[in-house]
Amino acid sequence: MYNQSLKQLSTGLRNKAFSSVELSHYFLQRIKRFDGDLNSVITLNEEAALQSAAQADKSISMGEAGLLTGIPLLHKDIFCTEGLRTSCGSKMLDNFIAPYNATAVEKLAQAGAVMLGKTNMDEFAMGSSNETSFYGGVKNPWNLQTVPGGSSGGSAAAVAARLAPLASGTDTGGSIRQPAAFCGITGIKPTYGRVSRYGMIAFASSLDQGGAMAKSAEDAAIMLQSMSGFDEKDSTSVDRPVDDLLAHLDRPIKGLTIGLPKEFFSDDLDAGIAEKIEQAIDAIKSAGATIKEISLPNINLSVPAYYVVAPAECSANLSRFDGVRFGYRCEEPKDLEDLYKRSRGEGFGDEVKRRIMIGAYVLSAGYYDAYYKKAQQVRRLIQQDFARAFKDVDIIASATAPSVAFAAGEKKDDPVSMYLSDIFTIGVNLAGLPGMSVPCGFVDDKPVGLQLIGNYFEEARLLNVAHQYQQLTDWHLRVPAGYEQE
Amino acid sequence: MQWETVIGLEIHAQLATNSKIFSAASTAYGAAPNTQACAVDLGLPGTLPVLNEQAVRHALMFGLAVGADIAPYSVFARKNYFYPDLPKGYQISQFDLPIVGLGKLDINVDGVTKTIGVTRAHLEEDAGKSLHEDYHGMTGVDLNRAGTPLLEIVSEPDMRSAAEAVAYVKMVHTLVQYLGICDGNMQEGSFRCDVNVSIRPMGQEAYGTRAEIKNLNSFRFIEKAIAHEVERQIDVIESGQSVVQETRLYDADKDETRSMRSKEEANDYRYFPDPDLLPVEISSALLEQMRDKLPELPAAKKQRFQQQYGLSDYDAEVLTAQRALADYYEDSVSRVANEEKLVANWVMGDLSAGLNREGLDITDCPVSAERLAGLVLRISDQTISGKIAKRVFELMWGSIDSADTIIDREGLKQISDSGELEKMIDQLMADNMSQVEQFREGKTKVMGFFVGQLMKQTQGKANPQELNKLLQAKLKK
Amino acid sequence: MSIRSEEVMKIAHLARLGIKDEQLSGYASELSNIMQLVEQMNQVDTTEIEPMAHPLDQSQRLRLDVVTENNQRESLQKNAPNVEDGLFLVPRVID
Repeated sequence: MYNQSLKQLSTGLRNKAFSSVELSHYFLQRIKRFDGDLNSVITLNEEAALQSAAQADKSISMGEAGLLTGIPLLHKDIFCTEGLRTSCGSKMLDNFIAPYNATAVEKLAQAGAVMLGKTNMDEFAMGSSNETSFYGGVKNPWNLQTVPGGSSGGSAAAVAARLAPLASGTDTGGSIRQPAAFCGITGIKPTYGRVSRYGMIAFASSLDQGGAMAKSAEDAAIMLQSMSGFDEKDSTSVDRPVDDLLAHLDRPIKGLTIGLPKEFFSDDLDAGIAEKIEQAIDAIKSAGATIKEISLPNINLSVPAYYVVAPAECSANLSRFDGVRFGYRCEEPKDLEDLYKRSRGEGFGDEVKRRIMIGAYVLSAGYYDAYYKKAQQVRRLIQQDFARAFKDVDIIASATAPSVAFAAGEKKDDPVSMYLSDIFTIGVNLAGLPGMSVPCGFVDDKPVGLQLIGNYFEEARLLNVAHQYQQLTDWHLRVPAGYEQE
Repeated sequence: MQWETVIGLEIHAQLATNSKIFSAASTAYGAAPNTQACAVDLGLPGTLPVLNEQAVRHALMFGLAVGADIAPYSVFARKNYFYPDLPKGYQISQFDLPIVGLGKLDINVDGVTKTIGVTRAHLEEDAGKSLHEDYHGMTGVDLNRAGTPLLEIVSEPDMRSAAEAVAYVKMVHTLVQYLGICDGNMQEGSFRCDVNVSIRPMGQEAYGTRAEIKNLNSFRFIEKAIAHEVERQIDVIESGQSVVQETRLYDADKDETRSMRSKEEANDYRYFPDPDLLPVEISSALLEQMRDKLPELPAAKKQRFQQQYGLSDYDAEVLTAQRALADYYEDSVSRVANEEKLVANWVMGDLSAGLNREGLDITDCPVSAERLAGLVLRISDQTISGKIAKRVFELMWGSIDSADTIIDREGLKQISDSGELEKMIDQLMADNMSQVEQFREGKTKVMGFFVGQLMKQTQGKANPQELNKLLQAKLKK
Repeated sequence: MSIRSEEVMKIAHLARLGIKDEQLSGYASELSNIMQLVEQMNQVDTTEIEPMAHPLDQSQRLRLDVVTENNQRESLQKNAPNVEDGLFLVPRVID
């Protein structure tokens, strides 16, 4: 049951092989049984989930069901959910219950999906290992000694352990793709502006984008289809029809050109990973695609530019957490400054504070041009690199991450080395392009992810290539040892 | 030493919109605390701003009215600072790319016209209010006002006296109301003013160090605060110290300005483009559309009033100070032929006095332009005298009756019938022969006695011109 | 670029973050390392390059001036730490 595709589950529901209540109950039981070790789910929504499952069952009986009706899923705890705590992985919001749903949550609920709970994440999505969460780290189901990646580590681990068929994620610098790679699942970050950011707690507004995490490209396509679309409540949302993602999956990829950026295949890339990526490229080639080497000359500056842009935006975005209207307030503030400083000092973890300070620093008087403006100019160069590349190729491929999942604690005290683990993913966010990660093998029994990058609004093309690849391979169907029992 | 005063102004005009600049909550004044602060206004996590079209149109209107360069591309920026009335910890404002660029505005002081440069005008959101009543030693925060659209209008340091500064503020105040983009209500804080004041030795080109005076919500306070601040700065400099660049608060009760910062803390607002909002692009089509909607501006209207209605500079100035007043005048004057000056006198005289007395705005005037015209018409056709008209006007103020109805009902119609008047004169002369003699001996002053007596007899209804003519004729016989 | 403890204090104050004295040097060295990474941007000449604030080349959409949000004070203040008479309470503010 746990490894059935979304289409299979949906057919099962329609054929009354099982009800949504039974299906939801089944996954809730798996969460209870397996998540003790993983810590991927931080808030369960059991009662309300079973109610909406019963509702879904009614719709199915009345023949009003869509593909997602009655399908259980988990939401990253960055998405506001009305009436259910939204913590963003922070002590700051440990007591926060949003009075509204994020648009993405609302859209999935409208499509009939059943929210089982909220997943663990790096605090305010700042991290690449899920170790900055106020609720403790998440373990990687493939190897409990290693991290699941971050910041959507809870969602990735949960889907990998088959605790839910689907989970939402957000990606600011690789936060969907890198954990998807580390946990051996499929994750897609669409073009900036494709999924509404309304109700998605902001980290870096010009980079943040919600997306889908699932076992396969097909499942991810179904989920993304529902999440996407114009939202008048988000000024950066794009008013443009969403392609029929499912309809494109089965198109042949013969004749497509896949670009391999030479900068992403340097000697720095782990040899084991390089081999897996080459094998994956060969498989895609065997389906009729042509391969072409390309260059993204400024891509090596994406991490430096990102660590100006993202902290600058987050330093302002996180100013609203001041202990006045919601969220954590320190005990007995003696004056206003004490209220601010202690509420924020005690409510935020170290990594969040570091990024807020970097952001305040690069924007402060005298430094703006040298850092902020410079970073925005570098951002333009990186975007132009991609634009040039997409004149020659349809898809860009690389490894998602320079390593497989690393050990918990390994990089926790070395921010810079942690930042560099997003070296292949960050450029995509700076440019605003869609990108995804697809499982493509194992190194030392740890999953490897193949990153596919598309041109703007080419989600359908990306998912098409990923799906075709998954017709030729079965990496996406592998389940970590210990989680195969029904 | 002779000192020259240099003044520049920052005016915050709340734009007259239904909803806030970035949210769909109401901007109405006076609601219960926080009942008009929605999730976006409170800066709740995940909420996002979407720009109000009307706020943009209002800003464009102002820009066109001062002949400014309209930016085809303007950008919202975040101004970062912490304060309880600022929910997000940053104010969304415009920084290096404001929507309205350089423009200008003419002011008139003692008959001299001077052009004041308008540096820029930009859109931003207002903050909430901190209420300092004692809540167990704490301050209460009401965010109803948070997110109300503001147009910040920044002038060049072109003014050289308090009178010029006040004339400029009045001009902007008049203008924004003309344009219908701000209600101009200073008591409710819809129109607020910060003044930058510095002094320099007469003839020196370089500016002195300026102080910014905040919290000025009346024309009188602006004048007094500037006067006080100039004196203070002269004292400071002449006692050998130097003026510090700082923000000062005007205390109307004590009539003084005092420094606002208890401890010196340089602000570092860390402005950067707001990533939640995209650049605002103004199409030339929209700009043309706004240009067509631009009403006649105060200066042009004043000039037209002088030409079209033959009014004096002063009358035209007063009547065009408010668009509604000008409209009232024009509505009224169009209904009576050839009485432009008389209508002006009534609007500026009894009507304005009545409004002042009752604290009413012209738009709430109990006597409509049509009814006033009805009254003036009866003065014009000599149905009643000017003096009687005052009585009729009083009665109109408290009722909905027309001048004619009141004149009829109260029997106030002027006696112009010479037969009737002659009879009365004959009787009066017969009863007062000694006065008649005096007149005929050359003491023409007694004429007043006859007029007074006859007016008394007719309760003021005798047509004065007619009466005079008949009296003269009969007495001279 | 290396960031000294005094600068950490200054930016922590700007950002209203309470930082303990004993943490200052730790933050100073971490932030310095991050800024060193950032400095790599200087490898490339960006004169004449238009800064990029947004991934998409779009302009701001305008909302009709209509009030649709009515009083929701009760639900919106449920998360507030200290409220009285509908006001959010904070330690005394002195102007």
